[in-house]
Amino acid sequence: MLERLMNIDRRIIFILVALAVIIPTFLKVSFPITVSEPTRQIYTHIDELPPDATVLMAFNYGPSSLAELEPMAAAVLRHCFKRGLRVIGLTLFPDGATLGDEVIKDIAEETGAVNGEDYVYLGYRPGRIQVLLGMGSSIESVFESDYADKPLREIPMMNAIKNYDHIDLVLDLASSSSPAWWITYTNTRYNQQIAAGVTGVMVSELYPYLQTKQLVGLMPGLLGAAEYEKLINAPEKGTAGMSVQSFVHLLIVALVIFGNIAFFIRRRKEQ
Amino acid sequence: MELFGVWVAAFLTLCIYSFLYRDNPFYRFAEHLFLGVSVGYGIVLSIHDGLIPFAWNPFWKAVTEREPAGLLKLIPIAIGLMFFARLVPKHAWIIRYPFAILIGVGSGLAIPNVMDASIFRQLHGTLVPFAQIYAGKLGPFEIFGAILMFIGVIATLTYFFFSVEHRGVVGGISKVGIVFLMVGFGSAFGNTVMGRVSLLIQRVDFLVNDWIGNTIQSLPF
Repeated sequence: MLERLMNIDRRIIFILVALAVIIPTFLKVSFPITVSEPTRQIYTHIDELPPDATVLMAFNYGPSSLAELEPMAAAVLRHCFKRGLRVIGLTLFPDGATLGDEVIKDIAEETGAVNGEDYVYLGYRPGRIQVLLGMGSSIESVFESDYADKPLREIPMMNAIKNYDHIDLVLDLASSSSPAWWITYTNTRYNQQIAAGVTGVMVSELYPYLQTKQLVGLMPGLLGAAEYEKLINAPEKGTAGMSVQSFVHLLIVALVIFGNIAFFIRRRKEQ
Repeated sequence: MELFGVWVAAFLTLCIYSFLYRDNPFYRFAEHLFLGVSVGYGIVLSIHDGLIPFAWNPFWKAVTEREPAGLLKLIPIAIGLMFFARLVPKHAWIIRYPFAILIGVGSGLAIPNVMDASIFRQLHGTLVPFAQIYAGKLGPFEIFGAILMFIGVIATLTYFFFSVEHRGVVGGISKVGIVFLMVGFGSAFGNTVMGRVSLLIQRVDFLVNDWIGNTIQSLPF
């Protein structure tokens, strides 16, 4: 019996995981969410910015990590627009260009934010680190026009925003190593405040930067989105997703415990 | 038309998930389609948002409006074009020059900033809590955290220090380093599981609500 269970077909595990996701999706169950300190730090930082402050959001993710980072982007955008903060959006990756444009437009429409006055979406420029360094001297030298090809000098909001001196916070929503670039080149060189919202895979490697205050806050994957939604009291996809995720986590923990028990029993028998 | 797009997305999602059963032509079709579209999209965007505004437009403006300063753009354009020398075996050596410039500029930019961001500030962050302990600014939990972090840094670095044989005291410290590494890997694994499950949840949500839900709603009866 034990041998049969230890050699279980992996496709049965896949089916169990699929069921653990599909059934709660229909049941619409919700679990309480506790806000972690790194997410609260981003919220507090944005909440304490003066009304005319500017937040630069980098949508550095593609379709493969959309599920984790878009709910986060939507929650922070809602917070910024409701507070009347100005938002500049951009991406360092070609995959993120359309995704950033879509989310910023959707949330602007929902909150009544006006393009060119409350937000500007600059789109994509190749070069990555050169883009970060170029914006330190002049944003217009890197982005001559916005995503819709409108020259920056014709956009009212950008009249007062020339470089990092006029940006109060950079929030990097990332599925790759871009937070390290922002920290290395923008924080170190220009003393720019940086926050990051990243996929679950990356979050562990960024905690050291949080401890040294090179990051003002850090949002971990879908959990970060759910926490931020709780802070702004607007439960959306992040909250719904985390409730479903709790079921899968319970299943995985049960499978890990079962696998270990079975492993030790078998080893004892072999001895 | 929107529903047609949803059906295409649903079909491709199911094609990708069919790999969980075993490799099959549907999976390979969706995988190749994804790669082709991604690369094509990336190239077009790089031309539209990089090559045209930063190379072609200034150069053309310099030529048509007779602005000699704009012709300076010819220098980086020429350096960039040198990369294509690789395609002609006889002149492939030319590629060394753009590479030398790229590595030289890249290293010059990276080394001081990376040293500062990833070494000096991290060292500072590890030691500052001890100054705060000395000044009596930290509580018991924070003092414990600072000491634990210090032990973790020393033990983990010792594990990666191969100039001395890992025996005796050094061996003991490196074993403590392994414990810290395992905790780190465990945390990374847990977060990775969370990330992967999030992707599955989003796809299931799409299939259940956007695909099946919208299709049922669009039915005439």
